[in-house]
Amino acid sequence: MNDTGPDLRELYQEVIFDHNRQPRNYRPMPEADHQADGHNPLCGDQLTVFLRIEDGVVKDVSFVGHGCAISTASASLMTEAIKGKPVAEVEALFHDFHALLTETPPPERDFGKLAVLAGVREFPVRVKCATLAWHTLHNAIVGAQDPARTE
Amino acid sequence: MTLLTDLPVSGNGQPVGASQLDVAADFPILARPVHGRRLAYLDNGATTQKPLAVIEAERRFYLESNANIHRGVHWLSQHATELYDAARATVQRFINAAHADEIVFTRGTTEAINLVAQSWGRAELRAGDEILITTMEHHSNIVPWQLLCEQTGAVLKVVPVSEAGELDLAAFDALLNHRTQLVAITHVSNALGSINPVAELTARAHAAGAVVLVDGAQAVAHQAVDVQAIGCDFYAFSGHKLYSPTGIGALYGRRSILNAMPPWQGGGDMIRTVSFERSTYAEPPQRFEAGTPNIAGAIGLAAAIDYVREVGIERIAAHEHALLEYATAAVDAIRGVRLVGTAQHKAGILSFLVDGIHPHDLGTILDAEGVAIRAGHHCAMPLMTRFGIPGTARASLAMYNTLADIDALVAAIDKAQDLFGTRNHG
Repeated sequence: MNDTGPDLRELYQEVIFDHNRQPRNYRPMPEADHQADGHNPLCGDQLTVFLRIEDGVVKDVSFVGHGCAISTASASLMTEAIKGKPVAEVEALFHDFHALLTETPPPERDFGKLAVLAGVREFPVRVKCATLAWHTLHNAIVGAQDPARTE
Repeated sequence: MTLLTDLPVSGNGQPVGASQLDVAADFPILARPVHGRRLAYLDNGATTQKPLAVIEAERRFYLESNANIHRGVHWLSQHATELYDAARATVQRFINAAHADEIVFTRGTTEAINLVAQSWGRAELRAGDEILITTMEHHSNIVPWQLLCEQTGAVLKVVPVSEAGELDLAAFDALLNHRTQLVAITHVSNALGSINPVAELTARAHAAGAVVLVDGAQAVAHQAVDVQAIGCDFYAFSGHKLYSPTGIGALYGRRSILNAMPPWQGGGDMIRTVSFERSTYAEPPQRFEAGTPNIAGAIGLAAAIDYVREVGIERIAAHEHALLEYATAAVDAIRGVRLVGTAQHKAGILSFLVDGIHPHDLGTILDAEGVAIRAGHHCAMPLMTRFGIPGTARASLAMYNTLADIDALVAAIDKAQDLFGTRNHG
């Protein structure tokens, strides 16, 4: 945070508006073999992440819920980023993505479209919005029973 | 401070009914820019800023008067005790309690309500007794009663609110019955701004034999409060929403009720005698002030009350009312905005939703423009559930706010709609 203020365009990039308006993979998945709920009660963000995992690979992923533009776009971008990837790679990506928002990400990692969320770094109170979907995804993968929270 | 009377129109040409207070210069923090912008501080429902007179009063206490109270034979201790007792008398006069010993200093509204629940409530309530609250209560006037219900077997009943955010008075009457031991009700809704007819409700509750607690956290800084006119048995408020430091507040309790109440915390200052067989307790209010209290806070609270009285609570109320009318018209005129809480009688709180923009996104964008508001459920989750929304954006007023703050709010909402491309919604 500096004297002239944070640059809102860094946070709210066009890709984020696009995914907020038209979230990708936004549907329930009756045939899911993994799912988990995420809920930040203080800000009211709530979502469910659905997964179909075959032979250690994410065959399908989707989500439903409601939240701010950052959390909705982050969930949408996440589904695009992990579909078709091995679970181990997804977990490694989550680790690096978290670093992208909070510390120094590994330089060799290509975040693709996820890089648009790097602007959240300048808005520390919004990191919890951008990471809720990922924590929920992690819970779905490991089969955690309690809803994920990032606040 | 100066008073600019009869400002005919504001920045965007809307008429303004009442005179304009101009006291911002008394609040040093308002001069600091935020994100390079002039600060428009509209989060007064969360906490108010402090005038220099309050900051100096606390500082002066530590510089000149600091000692523990009620226990020293030395001069400084007696001096500090006198200041602390004088602060209690200042609170008494401010809310027109009949006696100074009816004022218990607490950490704030929350502690005051918990005190009543754990002292009065645990002694008086039995399984099957009922506690009547309303849908528009802050969590601090819900959860202490839920804990008490778990402890005693009492049952919580809830008065619904209308779409406009007004209490359903017919339902209130219907829910009152001979099992109702306590009615705990907010004076002003922190999320909606609705002012409840607490005197009328108290009369009805008393007629049914119930004790009445009024949560005054959002009222005392914005309108004259007279606990004898209201007639309630308890009235709770926080200092920090009344221009005083955090960590200090007060509970008014009718003398006859306080006298009959057992202690709720044990320790120094609340006893008469202690032996290992049995201790006896001090009279109220000391009985409820175990341990060294927030002495500097109490003195800061008294300084804040002195400041408010100097400005004039009626003038503050009129000023905030005019600002609220102006803000309501200006925000409501923005396409795609929906006001939440449109009660006929409202204090300076404007809750709203902007179509296509989540309240948290709006809060971030407004902040970048120097406009500080609150976004979220405002510690009133059941009320948000009642309206079927996760939260709102809330602008809440104080005496130092001006038309320029409202204009900044409106301009920032406009900017958010530009950024989100939602200007043509609604």
